[in-house]
Order: sequence, then structure tokens, then C-alpha cells
Amino acid sequence: MSAPSPQGTHPPREQFTGQVGFILSAIGSAVGLGNIWRFPGVAYENGGGAFLVPYLIALLTAGIPILFLDYAIGHRFRGGAPQAFRRIKGWLESLGWFQVMICVLIAVYYAAVVAWAGSFFVHSFGLDWGDDAAAFFIGDYLQVADVGGADPWFTFDFVAAVLIPLALVWIAVIAVLAAGVVKGVQRANVVFIPLLLVAFGILVVRALFLDGAADGLDVLFTPDWSALGDADVWVAAYGQIFFSLSVAFGIMITYASYRKRKSNMTGPGLVVAFSNSGFELFAGLGVFSALGFLAQQQGVTVADLDFQGVMLAFVTFPTIVSQMPAGAIFGALFFGSLVMAGFTSLVSILQVVAAALQEKFAISRRRAAIGMGVVLGVVSVLGFSTTSGLILLDTVDAFVNNIGIVASAVFMCVFVIWVYRMGPELRYHMSSVSTTPLGRWWYVCVGAIVPVMLVVMLVQYVITRVNEPYGEYDTTYLLYAGWGAVVLLFLGAILFTLPRWRGPRAFSAWPTYPPVEDPALTKESSR
Amino acid sequence: MNTEAIVIMIIAMLIVWGGLIVSIVALRARPERATYPPGGEDDHREDDAIIEHDT
Repeated sequence: MSAPSPQGTHPPREQFTGQVGFILSAIGSAVGLGNIWRFPGVAYENGGGAFLVPYLIALLTAGIPILFLDYAIGHRFRGGAPQAFRRIKGWLESLGWFQVMICVLIAVYYAAVVAWAGSFFVHSFGLDWGDDAAAFFIGDYLQVADVGGADPWFTFDFVAAVLIPLALVWIAVIAVLAAGVVKGVQRANVVFIPLLLVAFGILVVRALFLDGAADGLDVLFTPDWSALGDADVWVAAYGQIFFSLSVAFGIMITYASYRKRKSNMTGPGLVVAFSNSGFELFAGLGVFSALGFLAQQQGVTVADLDFQGVMLAFVTFPTIVSQMPAGAIFGALFFGSLVMAGFTSLVSILQVVAAALQEKFAISRRRAAIGMGVVLGVVSVLGFSTTSGLILLDTVDAFVNNIGIVASAVFMCVFVIWVYRMGPELRYHMSSVSTTPLGRWWYVCVGAIVPVMLVVMLVQYVITRVNEPYGEYDTTYLLYAGWGAVVLLFLGAILFTLPRWRGPRAFSAWPTYPPVEDPALTKESSR
Repeated sequence: MNTEAIVIMIIAMLIVWGGLIVSIVALRARPERATYPPGGEDDHREDDAIIEHDT
């Protein structure tokens, strides 16, 4: 009964148990902190209701096509990023490690944000931030070092209130990864994603009935049609779709590689992409209703409030909660939602790293998960539980996202589609296993629209960063922490590619390409 | 809320949430293909112990 494994003595590849497990895990990865604290603010700043036009066009012409490219690479070449790219072309393994390095750098700070959210979940019950949430977050909780003038940019003054939850987050995530794809990753998502939807759903519905909610929604949805003529608005739309879907840095490649070979890929992909945007829109309703309420209470306009990023979550939201009836419950729901959304994304980010190590060095899943977790956990604690953690986090986040991930996607399109001409093979693969075949339009998206938009974004961003230091931070500091992080991505990509590949090498892609004679199939896939 | 904002909000919900509902319904109606190209056998799952015959 037991057919010999094609990989000889190596244990066979893990698999999601089915479609639902895979879809929930992919949604858990895509739906993260960015959906809650990035989308509403970006939409508001870029034309309000009118932003939805470029946003939806970006979803269809960039988000979904790049998601399918990731799926095709991972599912056809059955490996984490380095293994999958290596099976396309030997030296492309380095692109896989480039993506793994992105995950490494993101994971170390992302875990810190999940830890903050965990702390604030506890603080919610007593509304501990009192009347001044900003002073509580920056001063009492993070104890941020004053970085003006000659003060230190980097300290090793640890803050216990951050360190302890951060260590707990690392222990939890290592436990999930060590338990494996089915008993760890899939189980965590099957529990947390429905729970997230319920908790966040209660919060949004409550927010919609607050005084002033309609004013907030008015601000979010009133369209400024002139924004459609502004190139920056289009770049912002492509950026939002791109960052929020968790594409182009190995996650979707890794997750797709854990689906059995005969699995529908495009259908679940559409569900994941629309779930991600659906959650963002839902978060937009909740966030702007709550902002409308706060603006009314304080007699200011929504534009005067911090409506984006860390400050929205940890300063503006606590302020709103303090002024709401039964605020403690809603604070707990909000920060509980942040923890769940962030934790499931963190799991997916680290699965990329663990899978890559496991495959390259032929080590067991447990060893890979624990070894990686301990090393990165220590780095994370050293860098981000100190009084200078917030500044480092802000800097690394900006550089790795805007330069690292965008460059990674451009490399993928250039090498996989243009140089090695894998487009037809990958499209044939997707069409052969999926219920909805991929049309030729996909080439146009991944071969032209996506790279052009992303190169524009990348060049614009690099020029801006060269001309004006990020966040008005010290230029020497940015050289090390910001540009240093980008250099680290390339350095890691080279260093990890160099050692010999110890994992199994024998591999044959299925279905065979060019296809064996099967007229019915050929007809369908060439549609 | 002004009328224009309400109209935009409703259109956005219809497209995004409608798209989600349509994609779920389509997937439920046809979760997998009926036919595949020849071959494509999977390995055993790591968490399903491979049955070993010793006779």
C-alpha cells in the first residue's frame, strides 16, 4: 500500500488537509496589521471614495496576477522560496534567499508589534492609559529614549513590559511552527481567523452606531475625482494592494507548496484575494466610524487625528475606547483582533524561513523551527524591547517594505517571466490543476503592468529617501539601520546560497511541460 | 453622509463583498477539477504515518 517516496529516505512533504485549511491559512497570512491600520488611512489620503477606482484596478491587474505567480511557482516546484526558485534555475536560489531575508527582517519587528498589542489587550481591561494615551504609549509603556540631539540612537536599556510579552510571542510562534503545517499552522488559522472575524465584526458594528460615525464615513467615502489624474494616487493604490496581500516575499510560494499536486489553485486564490480586500473595506468602515466619533467628542476634524499606522492603533484607538460606553470590552476586542491578525501573519512569515532552512540543510522541521526561532527571538528582543525599539522598527519597516519587497517582485517578474520565459509553463500548470483557467491576460499583468508600476514605485521611493532622510532621523543612523537593512537582504541572499544544497535534489515537475498529447486539455488551457 | 459618499460606499461593498461571495459560491459549486493530466501522485503526508508491511 505504501508507495516508496520519490525522495528516498527523506520524509515526504507536509500537506494542508484540504481546501478550507489552505484558504484560511492564506487569509491568515494576507490579513494582518496593514489591513486594519494602513488601508483606511491610505484611502482617505488618496482621494477618499475615488481611491477605490485605482484600488480595484490594482487588485485585478497586479494583486491577483502576482498572487497566482507565487502560487504557480510554489505549487509546481514544490518548495519554499529557495528550493522552488532553484528548480527553475540553479542560481535563482539566491532570489529565494533574498525573500527569506525579507521575512527574517520583517519577523523580528512584527513580533514586537504583536507583543505590544498583547500588552494593550491586558491594559484594556483597566483602561490603563487614562486621559493621555500618547504619553502612556510612548512614555510609560515603550519608554522611548529621547532621540533629539546628542541622545543615543541605539540603546540596550531593556523595557520589561515589552520584553516579557515579546518572549511569549516567540515561544508561541515556535510552538506553532514546530507542530507542523497541519497541526500547527493550519490549526492556528482555523481557530484564529473565524474568531478574528467575530471579534472584529462586533467592534465594527458597534463603531457604526457611535455618534459621529456618519461624519467619519463621509470623510472616508466622499470622492475627490481629481485624484484620479494624480500618478501618486495610482502608485499608492498599487502599493496598498501589493503590501496587503503578502505577495512576492515567499509566503504564498511556501504555502502553495504544501497543497497536494492535484489541487485547485485559481479558485481559492480568488477567495483569498477578495477576502483580503473585503476585510480591508470592513476595517475602513470601523476605523473611520470610530474616528468620526472621536473627532466629534474632541470638537476637531478627522484630519487632525492620527489616522494611520502605529499611532492609530496604540494612541488614537485607546483614546476612542476611553470615551466609549463599555470601552474596556471594545478595547479588548480591538487589541485581541490585532493580536490574532498579527500572529497568523507572523506564523506565515516565519514558516518561509523555517521551510527554507529545513529544505536546504536537510534538517527536521522541529530543528529548523526551534533553531531559527531561538536565533531570531534573541535578535528581536535585543533590537526591539529596548528604549530605542520604536525608532528601529519604524526605520526597518519603511526600508524593507518599500525597497526590499518591491525589488523582490521586480526580480521575480524580470527573471522568471522575461529572462527564463517561464510564463507559458506556469500558466499551463495553473490551468491544468484549476477549475478556472488562466488566460493570456495574465502575461500582460505579470510581464508588463506589475513590473512597470513597481519600478516606478521603487525609483520614486529611492529618490525620495536619498533626498530627504526618512522620518527626519539622523542620516548616519539611517545609513546603518535603513540602508544597512537593504544591504543585509542582498548579503544574506548570497551567503545562504553559497553552502552546498543538502536536501534531496531529484525532482520532476508535474504536469509535464510541454504537455503530453491530450487534445481536450490543450484546447482548454490555450483559451 | 452625503449622497455621493453613500453611493460610492454601496458600490464598493457590492464589488468587493460581492466578488467574495461570487468566488466562494463558484468554488463550492466546483471545488476541484474532474480530470487531470496523467501522473501527479503525491507523497504521503508527514503526519500520516506511512504504513509499513513487515510480512
